[in-house]
Amino acid sequence: MTVMNGDPAADRRTHVPDEGTSAAEAIEKAQRDMLHEGHVRKRTRIGADIVCEAILRQGVDVLFGYPGGVVLPLYDVLGDYPELRHILVRHEQGAAHAADGFARATGRVGVCLGTSGPGATNLVTGIATAQLDSIPIVAITGNVPAALIGKDAFQEIDITGITLPMTKHNYLVRDANELPRVLAEAFHIARTGRPGPVHIDITKDALQQESRTEHPSEEEVLAGLPGFRPTLDGHPRQLRLVAQEIAKAKRPLILAGHGILIAEAWDELRELAEKANIPIAWSLLGIGAIDERHPLAYGYMGMHGWKHVNRAIQSADLLIALGMRFDDRVTGNVRTYAPHARIVHVDIDPAEIGKNVAVDVPIVGDARHILRALIPLVEPVGPEARASYLEQLAEWRHDSESSSWHGSGMWRNGLLSADYVIDQIGEANDHDATMVADVGQNQMWTARYGGYRRPRSHLSSGGLGTMGYSVPTAMGAALGRPDKTTWAICGDGGFQMTIQELATLVQDRIPVRIALLDNHKLGMIRQWQEIFYESNFHSSTMVGPDYLKLCEAYGIPAWKATKPEEVRPAVDAANAVDGPALVWFEIASEQNVFPIMPAGKGLSDLIEDWGAES
Amino acid sequence: MSADTGTTSAAAPPPRAIPGSGAGRRHVVVAVVQNRTGVLNRVASLMRARNFNIESLSVSHTDSDDISRMTITIHGDEFAVEQATKQLYRLIDVLKVQDVTDEPTVQHELALVKVRATDRNRGEIVSIVEMNRGRIVDLAAEAVIVEATGTEAEVDALVALLRGFGIKEIVRTGAVVMSRGSQSIEEAVKR
Repeated sequence: MTVMNGDPAADRRTHVPDEGTSAAEAIEKAQRDMLHEGHVRKRTRIGADIVCEAILRQGVDVLFGYPGGVVLPLYDVLGDYPELRHILVRHEQGAAHAADGFARATGRVGVCLGTSGPGATNLVTGIATAQLDSIPIVAITGNVPAALIGKDAFQEIDITGITLPMTKHNYLVRDANELPRVLAEAFHIARTGRPGPVHIDITKDALQQESRTEHPSEEEVLAGLPGFRPTLDGHPRQLRLVAQEIAKAKRPLILAGHGILIAEAWDELRELAEKANIPIAWSLLGIGAIDERHPLAYGYMGMHGWKHVNRAIQSADLLIALGMRFDDRVTGNVRTYAPHARIVHVDIDPAEIGKNVAVDVPIVGDARHILRALIPLVEPVGPEARASYLEQLAEWRHDSESSSWHGSGMWRNGLLSADYVIDQIGEANDHDATMVADVGQNQMWTARYGGYRRPRSHLSSGGLGTMGYSVPTAMGAALGRPDKTTWAICGDGGFQMTIQELATLVQDRIPVRIALLDNHKLGMIRQWQEIFYESNFHSSTMVGPDYLKLCEAYGIPAWKATKPEEVRPAVDAANAVDGPALVWFEIASEQNVFPIMPAGKGLSDLIEDWGAES
Repeated sequence: MSADTGTTSAAAPPPRAIPGSGAGRRHVVVAVVQNRTGVLNRVASLMRARNFNIESLSVSHTDSDDISRMTITIHGDEFAVEQATKQLYRLIDVLKVQDVTDEPTVQHELALVKVRATDRNRGEIVSIVEMNRGRIVDLAAEAVIVEATGTEAEVDALVALLRGFGIKEIVRTGAVVMSRGSQSIEEAVKR
């Protein structure tokens, strides 16, 4: 702009381009497009078509989304892809969790969709949940037309800036011709190596732009990602070292993590354990890696793990960690963790090695590849060679299991015990249902007492600990695995966080059964306040609605159980419903999850109180 | 409440080491990255989020337009810096990362220092700058701009000498570094 004396415009300090320039025209056109929706009945191929094509090309047939201004071009074409089922959620967080549940239950990539601004920020909790648990999802958001980016346009937010530190990778696409490459890369990145969420932000004009650009081949995708080459095979020298460690060990223990499920290495895990007679402990996300009835399946470890399992870790001379990351909920105080053990650590992400715990033998690679190469190198060890070790473990197990179980279904004074409820849900489904936990006490009871027999039958927000996770995640799991019964296990706190998805269950007839463990408390908060804050209870008591009336309002069949003998009939009745159902369990409000390892303490410092006195 | 005494072991083993808790020192890390929108943001965000302490970060194109090179100086122990390099590898745009701290390298940085100067001391400033392999790159009535290049320590030394005259302004690039000899981190990426 030239400055002329006497011209009032001379003093105008602005970034608005002058009239008639191409920049001004682009902004005016974008503003017109935002205000006047143009439904031009088609039809050439536009960016929105590319998105649908790309999702279908990846073998994904369901997406969870919520429309909004800038993604309307996508909703305008969705009807032309009847093979792509769109589930209209009630809040975008539900869409992200549902994509997560689809991915966890199937091992495939889940897809969710939201509009710009609030639609995008509502996805964030679900994306972060997927990031912390290495879940492959592709989250798609719309954004304002490219020319308006940076102008604080209506519903504009820098969502790629927000998701950058909590995704495996993210993209901002302003040109439809980039969409085939970006979508193919996104799915590849999401599922390859250590899986994780990938976010794609697409401007509205890119969704509307005509494009003939072809989808790339898998080779072209790889060629375009020279910085992304996850190591799959373990180093032969390291493999030999592991075999030597196993041969030397007198008290070895396998720690099975999520990596076993991601790599589909459950058969290899069992084979290794059987060949060298090594018991298996598992992390929260490693549940289902081994059938819990297997003689070498020892149990769930960590802060609320079984006491016998934590004792075994503390006495082990070798820990073989497979696809787990030594989370603080698993180790407690690292300084006192497994004090006698040498540690073998297998992980596909090199950054996990030595992050939390210094290890003796690291191997980077895919758990399945590594186990397949390792098993032939391992000397067989018969049960007699481990007799005294396995006997001691069996004794510890007997002690801890017999003291931590309310077989009568009663906690104290006739009050319903949560562990019994979880056990009965497992039993009623022959331990084959997909169990989706929420967060808190219900999550720990679900982990401890579900009795899991198959991989991907237990879904839980381990890393982020996202309350409100279970119901929306169960939607995705139920649609991904229609051959399995799906149960969402939640407390009254988490249930009320995403309760709006009940309507989604009804509208799409998604057969999710909900077990509501109602103690009228934020149970884990109450437990911590009791044990660590001298019973200074504050903000941990909750009022909830009459859930039977609530379900009636939604048209969802529901039952209430307050006594042990009412549990199983209610679960069976819910299982018999064709569609969503709910069972409202009134459980003891002061029952705690034991054992508990206080934060900052070690695995040998477990607190328990099984209620000998009241 | 009952406390679990855990295992019964006679000899108390030494406490397990916590990675990253050792004595730190300055490390120089070279990262070769794809020159894509936001890559600097990704690297900087990662360093912040993972709690690594960046002392300096310098970025430039390489001889290929699509590849950039970063020199990152970080403070930390061996574990922490190794962890930082491994976290960098998690970024899709990162092609190659190398900790060159203990390798023979050429390390340089550049500083521009605007120093107060009078007719009386200008000659003295010029001779100090010349003796320290600096250059005067701008001369004005009451100030000069000194360009200092060299290792961080050499630049520090000249800046310290100039401080007595009164520093009005200073800007430093942070270190750039290259390994001595014929090997090339950029060729390693292309191969």
